[in-house]
Amino acid sequence: MQLNPWALSGIVVMAVVTFAVGVYGSRSAHTTSDFLVARRLVNAERNAAAISGEYLSAASFLGVAGLVLRDGVDGLWYPIGFAGGYLLLLMFVAAPLRRSGAYTLPDFSEARLGSVGLRKLTALVVLVIGSLYVVPQFQGAGLTLSTVTGLPNEVGVALVALVVLVNVFGGGLRAVTLVQAMQYWVKLFAISLPAFLLFTAFLSTPSADRGELVADMPPRFERDTTVTVETDVVLTVARPVLLRAEGTVNGAPVSGAVYWAGDRHTVAAGTELRFTAGSDVPVVEGAVADNSSWAQPQDRGPQGLFHTYSLIFATFLGTMGLPHVLMRFYTNPTGHAARRTTLFVLAMLGLFYLFPTVFGALSRLYVPELLVTGDTDAAVLLLPTAMLDNWLGKLLGAITAAGAFAAFLSTSAGLVVCVAGVLSTDLPSGGQVRDFRLWTLVATAIPLAVAMGFSSLSLSQTVGLVFAVAASTFCPLLLLGIWWRGLTAWGAGCGIVLGGGLSVLAAVLTEWGPPMDGWLGVLLVQPALVTVPLAFATMITVSRLTKDRVPLDVARIMLRMHAPDRLGFIRDRDVERFGGQGGQRRPGRHRAPEPD
Amino acid sequence: MSATGEDLPSAGPAGRVPAGGPSRASRRTRRDRTTPPRRVRVVLADRRGKRRAVRTIVELEEQTSVGEALVRSLVRAQLRTALLLTLTTLGTIGILPLLFFWLPELGAWTVGDVKISWILLGAAPFPAMLVVGLVYQWRAERHERDFIDMVEN
Repeated sequence: MQLNPWALSGIVVMAVVTFAVGVYGSRSAHTTSDFLVARRLVNAERNAAAISGEYLSAASFLGVAGLVLRDGVDGLWYPIGFAGGYLLLLMFVAAPLRRSGAYTLPDFSEARLGSVGLRKLTALVVLVIGSLYVVPQFQGAGLTLSTVTGLPNEVGVALVALVVLVNVFGGGLRAVTLVQAMQYWVKLFAISLPAFLLFTAFLSTPSADRGELVADMPPRFERDTTVTVETDVVLTVARPVLLRAEGTVNGAPVSGAVYWAGDRHTVAAGTELRFTAGSDVPVVEGAVADNSSWAQPQDRGPQGLFHTYSLIFATFLGTMGLPHVLMRFYTNPTGHAARRTTLFVLAMLGLFYLFPTVFGALSRLYVPELLVTGDTDAAVLLLPTAMLDNWLGKLLGAITAAGAFAAFLSTSAGLVVCVAGVLSTDLPSGGQVRDFRLWTLVATAIPLAVAMGFSSLSLSQTVGLVFAVAASTFCPLLLLGIWWRGLTAWGAGCGIVLGGGLSVLAAVLTEWGPPMDGWLGVLLVQPALVTVPLAFATMITVSRLTKDRVPLDVARIMLRMHAPDRLGFIRDRDVERFGGQGGQRRPGRHRAPEPD
Repeated sequence: MSATGEDLPSAGPAGRVPAGGPSRASRRTRRDRTTPPRRVRVVLADRRGKRRAVRTIVELEEQTSVGEALVRSLVRAQLRTALLLTLTTLGTIGILPLLFFWLPELGAWTVGDVKISWILLGAAPFPAMLVVGLVYQWRAERHERDFIDMVEN
């Protein structure tokens, strides 16, 4: 693909602005408390913008449109779940977690259940989830840069890692809060304006030239199209199609006209396929082949139904287990503010998720070649120039590229801060700024290496997997820890090991195991509907068996978590822990730590 | 712990506390040299019942049976609201895949040129969930006010 200077300058502007705001924000960051919890002076609206900015990752900005392009109306459950997770977070977790005073998930587990071992275990799970979640961000950045510049993937990956590192080094969460809040608005603008203009352009096309999306036929190429396949793909055709191919098809070298009828065709990497205008689009295996089935919900039988519900489970329950989101709740001054923040987040995400759908549906008409290569995640980046062949198309393309870049930057920065924060506070050296910086380096290097090494899964798939792990580990820990007095450290530990182990195993088998069809295949791709109830059941059963280990101060902790803010039972654990060293006193806003 | 009337928290945003009287200005100038202006603790208008509130808070902290019962009922009320609203969400949004599965013709209905299933999944859930969230916020805060009333009376 050739260089697109417009999009490239969009990305550069984004990177520079991010860097500048990061530097501006880090001028005042000096103490450990500044780095970890942004001094708790962030108001609800800005905090909500920051959470949304951090949360809207590559999977939301690029992945959702790609899924809609590929899977049709059933792909819409992803954005519903991504936003809906905050509804459950609001109702079950936000205020009590904030009032517990814990500043990370491991800290919560220790505060609630009084076990250092459990703290270490949860720190490990934070690491796993954090790293798993950064990898697709870096991969998405690589995809974006190689789509608009033609440069190799690795350059984009390295660039994002560098910008993230500089920002986090500079000012920790404080700078990141400012950067994140800004980036929500950048992303909203970058998706809504192009979506609006492209939709207008679509409506103003005379309806005779307008493509149809509901007809009982595969998508068609609007004009002569040449597609170069970058990785080996298996294509399926619904109706016979005539094309010219240059390269290796079905294991044999081809050069010239090919006639494909029925079923599957293997195309090797590097093969060039030429289609004439009006011919049907062959689609990668797994994508929906014809448009009427694409536009029809629940068209894949009971397995499709299981997949949808499992996805709903993973996303609705997984959101509350994402460590980087939870950590940001600690920057709210009170439980009430935490609730307000969550409501704002729900509104902001709901607004954002209206737009990727438009991109996904229009891509089916205008960039169907993505269905051939399987690079459906690039739909948002390529649609503007494919629809409008003038300066406006290029400008909109630059805007979406910049927005995509903002998405990778903000999510990976948030994750790196979180993982580094957990590492630096949960390892013996404890809470010095220097350690935080050192761990930032580590937290960036690991996913960077992984992203360089593997690059096969689609963005939303990887992210869906992270949600499944979070839903089967931290969700039961939080829900039972906050609402049930009977939970013990043993119960929590066993549930986390079982739920996390099974969901990671499913992921490993999907990625490296033999290809599986039928129920087992669906179960492995989206295991939450089974692993989450299992994790809950394990936690409850083992806690019952170890009844005598229920913490003695459980009543006091329940009181602290649920008592209204005005009664003043909040006691911040970081103040207790790092109290003396440089943490500024905040008179009136919180109780000073009391010697026990 | 030092639970005197003076120490009773006012853990809201700083702006919510009424500004102090004339003494505020003088205090600030005195402190300016060393520390940033410190928020002044102002005694709220309703002093009545404060002593007893303190006693109940102490009771809560020390987990007497009365305090225990109060906290348990608050937790139960909050949990009931949250579960009820979760069920509502499940019954409205969560039921859609089953509906589309059982009644495929529902997925084919159109409004104008757009299939109703795309509206039901692409746009409608977001405002609906926001409404559920608002209802929860309103209910939860009412439970907390009730709890405070019970503690202070």
